Amino acid sequence: MTQSPETPDAGEKPDTADAFLSSGSLRHAPGPYFGNYGGRWMPESLIAALDELQDTFDKAKADPEFIAQVAELNRNYSGRPSLLTEAKRFSAHAGGARIFLKREDLNHTGSHKINNVLGQALLAKRMGKTRIIAETGAGQHGVASATAAALLGLECVVYMGAEDTRRQALNVARMELLGATVIPVTAGSQTLKDAINEALRDWVANVHTTHYLLGTAAGAHPFPALVRYFHEVIGDEAREQILAQTGRLPDAVCACIGGGSNAIGIFHGFLDDPSVELYGFEAGGEGVDTDRHAATITLGRPGVLHGARSYLMQDDDGQTIESHSISAGLDYPGVGPEHSYLSDIGRAKYEPVTDSEAMDAFRLLCRTEGIIPAIESSHALAGALRVGKKLTSGKQNPQDVIIVVNLSGRGDKDVATAAEWFDLLDGNSPEAEIGAEGEQL
Amino acid sequence: MNSAAIASKSAAAIEKARSEGRTALIGYLPAGYPDVQGTIDAAVALAENGADVIEIGIPYSDPVMDGQVIQTATVQALENGFRVHQVFDIVAGITSRCEAAVLVMTYWNPVMRMGVDDFSRRLAEAGGAGLITPDLIPDEAAEWFEASDKYGLDRVFLVAPSSTPERMAMTVKASRGFVYAVSIMGVTGARTSVSSAAQQVVEAAHAAGAERVCVGLGVSKAEHVREIGAYAEGAIVGTALVATLGAEGVEAVGKLAAELHSGTTKN
Repeated sequence: MTQSPETPDAGEKPDTADAFLSSGSLRHAPGPYFGNYGGRWMPESLIAALDELQDTFDKAKADPEFIAQVAELNRNYSGRPSLLTEAKRFSAHAGGARIFLKREDLNHTGSHKINNVLGQALLAKRMGKTRIIAETGAGQHGVASATAAALLGLECVVYMGAEDTRRQALNVARMELLGATVIPVTAGSQTLKDAINEALRDWVANVHTTHYLLGTAAGAHPFPALVRYFHEVIGDEAREQILAQTGRLPDAVCACIGGGSNAIGIFHGFLDDPSVELYGFEAGGEGVDTDRHAATITLGRPGVLHGARSYLMQDDDGQTIESHSISAGLDYPGVGPEHSYLSDIGRAKYEPVTDSEAMDAFRLLCRTEGIIPAIESSHALAGALRVGKKLTSGKQNPQDVIIVVNLSGRGDKDVATAAEWFDLLDGNSPEAEIGAEGEQL
Repeated sequence: MNSAAIASKSAAAIEKARSEGRTALIGYLPAGYPDVQGTIDAAVALAENGADVIEIGIPYSDPVMDGQVIQTATVQALENGFRVHQVFDIVAGITSRCEAAVLVMTYWNPVMRMGVDDFSRRLAEAGGAGLITPDLIPDEAAEWFEASDKYGLDRVFLVAPSSTPERMAMTVKASRGFVYAVSIMGVTGARTSVSSAAQQVVEAAHAAGAERVCVGLGVSKAEHVREIGAYAEGAIVGTALVATLGAEGVEAVGKLAAELHSGTTKN
């Protein structure tokens, strides 16, 4: 807690965070603080908007009509509940542990992102806002935001690093087909973090009409708790499904971590089940012994970026260091504050997975299960192979080990990058060019 | 404003202007732009041509409150290898050559990285007046309260057109030196006129007990300074100075400061 008695008039805030800690449950952490992380490191200009969002969110959560609205969209628009599929042939490569895939790749728009955008777009409408803005790296959150905006009749502007608009030209076209305006960001490193900076600048200037639809469980309070809330459905379903299919809880749950929204969504269902080990796999890029990675918790130090205190890739001066990953969705130098807290208290373990390990797992899932995963999710798959081998080591009945992996997205968007990685393209084809650019991420 | 026992350098500078029947003029320059010596020379030129308070901004990788001109300058400073500790050399360089109060404007992470206490001690040793903190609100400032009291530094927080009366009161109480009134919902950058929201923000800050309120964002001309002087204690100019420094150099910065200063005389 950074709160102290010296803070004038600020000591009257209800200390919900302390109440949550003393309850013995890790579920439903309300923010603003998760241990020493979280908070609001934001310009005063935006505090009123964050308060309004918090207030609207609190009321919506308590409103059966809102809950029914979200459930209806999840069921009849997104296609929830998503399946839990046992990956029997893939499991053979994980020491024989039984691996189950939570199929967020089957959602409308192809990833878990839809859960959050529908919820937040509904909140935007409740606040009377007519315009949403969003940041996007690879384009997944941008496409999902454009989708929700089209569905609910909102104007949508997506900020995307100029580098990324070139690498993901098809996703730019998708967003435009859905009626969104895509603004290439040429400031700074021209990638995801700079797109967030630019979206924040837009938000400050247009906050009366505009909701900032942040795409991950990071940022200033209430975003980390709010984004998690809309993704909790992943963990709730997965817990119920694994109990129905195997009659017991899994030994481990694995997810990939960029900002950490899919991971916090699935972890949440199992946070209070101490027998379930939780693993977050960060992008190790070309290796954590190089300077080209995005292993924020593994190698970062606490700092503030984009409104929250959390682990951060930064230099000795506190300047943000650019991250690198083959997966644009994990290519972010920060991480959601609840993950930093879960790491510090040891409830979840965070480990890096390199580009090359992730791509091996990508191909393995394609060939053993007939599922093309997103490269982001392939980090979780690679991690699950590692965890499976570890947990089955020396066991006579390895099939007694059960692992749930959050397959957060489908890999259609990554085919060019994968084809280049595995050298499947004629070097002169336009696809080879796109793939080569993808690899420079 | 609290902690009356601590002599605020920026308050003294603003009060001196008031006693002379003037609006205080506050000028912003980014540290290390075009280089360390250039920042010192430009700041001294500002002071010699009528700036009462100098604001030195620390270049930061993710400046969410800054518009294009300041971003371009700070990116260049970083590309030239600017290091955060050099801001202390700049502050010392300025305070050894002129009387102006020198504040540092910084996003919070560089301060946190160095350690709030260390940073504050070194700033005080360099003769700095305190900090302006665009992304630190009083709610998160416990460490800064402690260090600023310990080293006698001003803490200039921002208030905005969107600040509620409760937050206005809390922020005014938390501030020392002056309160920075953001004139508009937006980022730094020269604008043709000063938003009418500015006067309301200043009035709300005064009503909450602020003795000194200075207006920034979109202030670039002598006529803006004159207009602001009708309701506030000071006017803050940034982007116009940075653009002039980049295009025409130190001497031109001095000229622009003199021109801005012509708007400080209250009728």
